Amino acid sequence: MGTQRIKILIVAVILVALALIVPKSGSFVVLLATRAMAFAIVAMSLDILLGFTGLASLGQAAYFGVGAYLCAVLATKFHFGLGWDFWIVVVLGILIGMALAAIFGLFAIRASGVYFLMITLALGQCVWGLAYRWNSLTGGDNGINMSGRPNFGLDLSNEVTFFYLVLAFFTVSLLLLYLLVRSPFGKSLAGIRERELRMQILGYNTWLHKYIAFIIAGGFGGLAGVLWAQTNGHVSPETVVLTTSVDALLMVVLGGAGTLVGGAIGAAIVFGLREYLSTLVPWWQYVLGGVYVLTILYLPTGLMGIPERIRQARARSKKEPSQSGDAKKLASVPS
Amino acid sequence: MNTQFWLVQAFNGISYGALLFLVGSGLSLIFGVMRIVNLSHGSYFLLGGYVALSVIHTTGSWALSLPVAALAIAAVGIVMERLFLRSGGALARVRDAVIAFGIALVFRLMIGRILPQIIPGPLGSIVQLALVTAIIAVPVYFLLRRISAIPIETDVLRQVLLTVGFAFLFQQAALDIWGGNNMDIVPPAELTRSVVVGGIYLPLYRIFMIAMAVAIGIALWLAMEKTRMGAAVRATVDDAQMARGVGIDTNRISMFIFALGAFLAALGGVIGGAFLGIYPGLDFEMLPLAFAVVIIGGMGSLGGAAIGALAVGLADNFGKALFPEVSYFTLYAPMVLILAIKPTGLFGRD
Repeated sequence: MGTQRIKILIVAVILVALALIVPKSGSFVVLLATRAMAFAIVAMSLDILLGFTGLASLGQAAYFGVGAYLCAVLATKFHFGLGWDFWIVVVLGILIGMALAAIFGLFAIRASGVYFLMITLALGQCVWGLAYRWNSLTGGDNGINMSGRPNFGLDLSNEVTFFYLVLAFFTVSLLLLYLLVRSPFGKSLAGIRERELRMQILGYNTWLHKYIAFIIAGGFGGLAGVLWAQTNGHVSPETVVLTTSVDALLMVVLGGAGTLVGGAIGAAIVFGLREYLSTLVPWWQYVLGGVYVLTILYLPTGLMGIPERIRQARARSKKEPSQSGDAKKLASVPS
Repeated sequence: MNTQFWLVQAFNGISYGALLFLVGSGLSLIFGVMRIVNLSHGSYFLLGGYVALSVIHTTGSWALSLPVAALAIAAVGIVMERLFLRSGGALARVRDAVIAFGIALVFRLMIGRILPQIIPGPLGSIVQLALVTAIIAVPVYFLLRRISAIPIETDVLRQVLLTVGFAFLFQQAALDIWGGNNMDIVPPAELTRSVVVGGIYLPLYRIFMIAMAVAIGIALWLAMEKTRMGAAVRATVDDAQMARGVGIDTNRISMFIFALGAFLAALGGVIGGAFLGIYPGLDFEMLPLAFAVVIIGGMGSLGGAAIGALAVGLADNFGKALFPEVSYFTLYAPMVLILAIKPTGLFGRD
């Protein structure tokens, strides 16, 4: 319990530090942090599926995408969501993400493992195909350019104001998702991840649990999409393309699946690396790809798993101080 | 829309399906044997096309580029499978050494970029680069040996993610080596003509694609059905554990199949490069199509891959011609339905 409180305290301190430091660090950092936090919400929503329920989805960009397109289409075609009604768009974004997930979940939840991965990929491709080809609604390959951010007393076209708004949404999302995974419902999701059959025998409707988790993740994806559209002022099929889903998945794995903040850390690192390295060297993607490969090979529990691995290594060397050399050799060469 | 429209579209669809068969059959076999979804399969397609471009550029021979590109990418596939998709064994040291060298090189180049004054170049710059890299690589190597990779053979999700990581690496490598321009593979002049059959112009190249896919399909089928190796592969697809039990070296088979899959995808890249073009981003465009083939056809089934490729080729062509606004939707929505009803694909075995 004590360590849990310390962890919450650390997260709170980091959030406060972000709120204090970022606005003073120039517009480049402000925009970078805003984008990273908007995307971090998708990553965290995916962690609910991957880390807490054990479902690896390769289609999370679909919910993100419909949220973003909803926001862009309402703003450009109906001039809706440019004032206080922005809050209605936020709610609609969440609802459309949930609704899409509710439909997709009917197809996807039956499957598990690699099959779940593939069916979510196919569903994501459906949405991408519509975004890419449905010219009259989505602007096709060119996407939709939005004209400015909403203004409802608070002028969101001010980058710092908008940063605070996204930070607030990020914090609330983190809090809600944290409460979700700590709730009895979250515990039963973890039970499904560990051993679904046992949960079924205990009388849990595991299908319904997974379905609800899927819908919740979709809702947060939709929210992130609305924020993403407002951040960039531009929505294109890039938002829903397969690589966006892959990015989100890799961010979660990089930070540490099943830790919630891992997704946010992964998003921060990926966005930071990308922006920083791309100004430095033209071959930045090697570094990013290399970081992914290294994490997956050597740190499957992600960066958040490092303390645990160090603890294990220490415990191992303490247990067998005399033959630690041999133990290491055996451990590194599994038969 | 007369009969001619339907015939031309059907012909185009079938020839596109022939190309998709080359990509999809390898993906399907890899899934059948190793139970992993190889997300770098699109990269093999793209890299195959690029290698062929280089071969054509240096030797001027299109015919030579087919086997060279396919074999080169098969070698890439073997290295990837041996070093990275399994964790233990004698090759673990090699992998750690490769990674240590890679990290050291990135590190050295970064230092050179951020703080150029730290490393002055007293020696020739290549020698200095190699020396400094080697010096950094040694401690990194021992660190990696100490951390040691977590066994990955049984963890399907991590294997899949690893192949994505490689897809990103390949993407960057292709961009570095061949640049970002859209390039075309030009087949020999004899293949660029058209023949007239019943009043319809049929490009000879598309007929060549169909012939090639049919020939490879028959060769694969014979190899799978009539040879000892093929029987071992089929046994591994059906039940890997049982196959190991009766003395089949499934380890070697998975290497072989991975190489074969890469070989076929690269061959597809060379052949498809003539009418799709070769450009950055093609890898992640082909990947979902290859997926569609595998899913419709069923995983690990060669005949299924052929039917799936035909279906996807036709659906894609007719979709684009008849309902351009929802054409991709008409391709992927049936795929979802099939997966939802029968997760192993239409012709897949459980």
